[in-house]
Amino acid sequence: MRAVAFLAAAVVMLTGLWACSEPAAEEELVVYTSRNDHLIKPVFDAYTEATGVKIRYITDNAAALTARLQAEGERSPADMLITVDAGNLWNAADKDLLQPLESPVLAANVPAELTDPENRWFGLTVRARTLVYSTDRVDPAALSSYEALAEPEWKGRLCLRTSKKVYNQSLVATMIQRLGEEKTEEIVRGWVANLATDVFSNDTALMEAIVAGQCDVGIVNTYYFGRMKQDNPQLPLSLFWANQDSSGVHVNISGAGITRHAPHPQKARNLLEWMSQPEAQKLLADRNMEYPVNAAVEPAEEVASWGEFKSDDLNVSVAGALQVDAVKLMDRAGYR
Amino acid sequence: MKARGALSASGASVLLLALLVLVPIMVLLAAWQQEQWATWQHLLDTVLWRLVGNTLFLMVGVTAGVLLLGVSLAWCVATLEFPGRRWLQWALLLPMAMPAYVLAFVMVDLLDYAGPIQTFLREWLPVLPDFSARHPLWVVITLSLVLYPYVYMLARLAFEAQGRAVLEQARILGDTASSAFFRVALPMARPGIAAGLALALMETLADFGAVSIFNFDTFTTAIYKSWYGLFNLQAAAQLASLLLLFVVVALWLERRGRRRARYSEIGGRQSLRTRPRLAWGVTLFAFAILFLAFLLPVSRLLYWVIDNGLMQVDSRFLNLIWRTFLLGTMAALLVLTLAGWLAWVKRHQSSPAVSVAVRLATLGYALPGSVLAVGIMISFSAVEGWLADLGVGIVLVSTLAALLLAYVVRFMAVGFGPVENALQQVRPSLVEAARILGSTSAEVGRRVYVPMMLPGLLTALLLVGIDVMKEMPATLLLRPFGWDTLAVRIYELTAEGEWQRAAAPSLTLVLLGLVPVIVLSRRR
Repeated sequence: MRAVAFLAAAVVMLTGLWACSEPAAEEELVVYTSRNDHLIKPVFDAYTEATGVKIRYITDNAAALTARLQAEGERSPADMLITVDAGNLWNAADKDLLQPLESPVLAANVPAELTDPENRWFGLTVRARTLVYSTDRVDPAALSSYEALAEPEWKGRLCLRTSKKVYNQSLVATMIQRLGEEKTEEIVRGWVANLATDVFSNDTALMEAIVAGQCDVGIVNTYYFGRMKQDNPQLPLSLFWANQDSSGVHVNISGAGITRHAPHPQKARNLLEWMSQPEAQKLLADRNMEYPVNAAVEPAEEVASWGEFKSDDLNVSVAGALQVDAVKLMDRAGYR
Repeated sequence: MKARGALSASGASVLLLALLVLVPIMVLLAAWQQEQWATWQHLLDTVLWRLVGNTLFLMVGVTAGVLLLGVSLAWCVATLEFPGRRWLQWALLLPMAMPAYVLAFVMVDLLDYAGPIQTFLREWLPVLPDFSARHPLWVVITLSLVLYPYVYMLARLAFEAQGRAVLEQARILGDTASSAFFRVALPMARPGIAAGLALALMETLADFGAVSIFNFDTFTTAIYKSWYGLFNLQAAAQLASLLLLFVVVALWLERRGRRRARYSEIGGRQSLRTRPRLAWGVTLFAFAILFLAFLLPVSRLLYWVIDNGLMQVDSRFLNLIWRTFLLGTMAALLVLTLAGWLAWVKRHQSSPAVSVAVRLATLGYALPGSVLAVGIMISFSAVEGWLADLGVGIVLVSTLAALLLAYVVRFMAVGFGPVENALQQVRPSLVEAARILGSTSAEVGRRVYVPMMLPGLLTALLLVGIDVMKEMPATLLLRPFGWDTLAVRIYELTAEGEWQRAAAPSLTLVLLGLVPVIVLSRRR
């Protein structure tokens, strides 16, 4: 038993040792981000180089980070929350975890529809979710809108990603806002009836299925298309900008807000404003082939080559406000 | 015998430990204080029953799968002689190092309409095959392939411990080979098999990664739907606490398995293995399982790693490996120590309170990791706030201590089973004999307990270490700044759909998991 006791003592000591390790230094900014390491680190590195301000960050998914902010309350070390999807930002703001910020810089750089109406969060990059089709089997003239994919002509030809993905929840949420619950449910039921196969767990697999001929058309975020196209320039797929005659392409954001109990609100503000400016915008958007929110900044060459489009001008906070309704609607419609 | 006071103190320490494990679970149960009827009504009206049905299907399927694979392989290795037995006996443990979500992704990738198998079939067969890669059976197969080692390992230990003598006696008394197996060997190995099965089932219940890749909706899906989709963590916690009911069933099965079990073996442990006529067939069977569960996914990962222009092994990547390994080791030692203490007290003080406390201390395994992690985080935060009110400013959340505690809560069941089994191998009569022969208690420890328990302790260490290294949600939520692990990196890449790029950390994680497997196999 002595050995065990020794072991126990050693473990306890080790634990104690590490437990006190590495508290955040006073002058460092702390960021909670669901934007992942390989996308966000270059941005932070550039900021540190430009200003000398060090940034500590932790990555996790938005729901977990939100729960963490909530649990930590006023003792939270976090200054800023960066996540993807307006729904997640809306949720954090709704739980009073973000503070409003009046910033002329942000107001000038970030379009109003990509900003929280109460200025608690701001878009950093834009992600478009639109139609993708097989160039071998689909005449783009036959395509028009998300809604039209519910028509019987697409029976057995449609591929969709799971309704559990927040991107689809946001899309349906904006449809509810524009068309009403009843009409939207009818459309979602139409989609489900047209599915060629079970729903996919990611956009890339969905596009591979279209290439392989399992289905002809789907709905994806453009950067997934961009990545595939980069690996294979001969890809027999093309993007189609949906709803150009009506509401415009559904867009969502990655965005950020300053936390309610931020220990360094001024420094956080500086970082947030810096991220809306050209240098940071390029870093934020190009690496993942997204669109900059700042209209003065050109998207990457590859991204620009997909053409210009009219985007939905509803405020993206709708995606959050109606997300619960959208999830319930998709459950009712049997969209898994 | 020590004084009563000492004994009750140890009993109290076990209660305290159980309480520690229970606090996060209590936090989940506290969610019931707020009624979330609207969310419940919605789930009941739409998806809940299908999800419960799916979950039951999965549990039955995985039970059948892991028993079939685990017991048959354990039996072959323990009692038959066949080509390659010596390396297959430990190689068959390798799939344990494969995270379920990694195998799931590889399977979907291979089996999907656009994947290589169906593409090949379409090119060469006149009739177009069309099967869905996301059929429920594939989920069962995938989980069975990664989880069978739990049963295999514990069943093999049991079969080997039986020795030949018992079986030979059964044969002499007129049993055929198969009836000797079903009437003698299998019932005798029941405790080990049940313990392995309980682990596999709890892991199945907690799994979210693999099922979501197949888009197979289980009860866990409802939990995450409530949390992520409906922004309702309370309802998610309520649902998660219901999972505990499933756990109770699993633990009851395990209890049943242990009932009437005798641990004392008669006869030596000489294991003369017989050579069946179809010795190569056995090799082929074992190799096929190993191939599907390990070699195939590993080579697929390797292909991606090379396809991506090999991984850049920089200091950051090495740091990931080091942190992963360190966390695994520290957590495994901690769990082992505490599990040993629990088992020890339980053995020497069989009061109902103690055995209930021990049961409770092992509940954490079946809860989905992130829900449990939130429970831990909330309770730590509460303590932190409480201390802050008293004027003591201590950071608890996102310290190494919090993370290690999370691992203890989650993986106590994994460590406790083998440790308790090992302790039971040391019959009290042996200890008494040693004492009568004049050994001091230190000597009894060194010469009786340690050598007899070592295999069991190492098994526990291995199981917990691997599980911790694979663990994703609790590590994500509770890790201190800078403590990124391989699993964290895999999460980050897969969250952006970059599965191919995640191949490098995945492969490294699998290789790292091999280290304990190989160490263990060398010793035995």
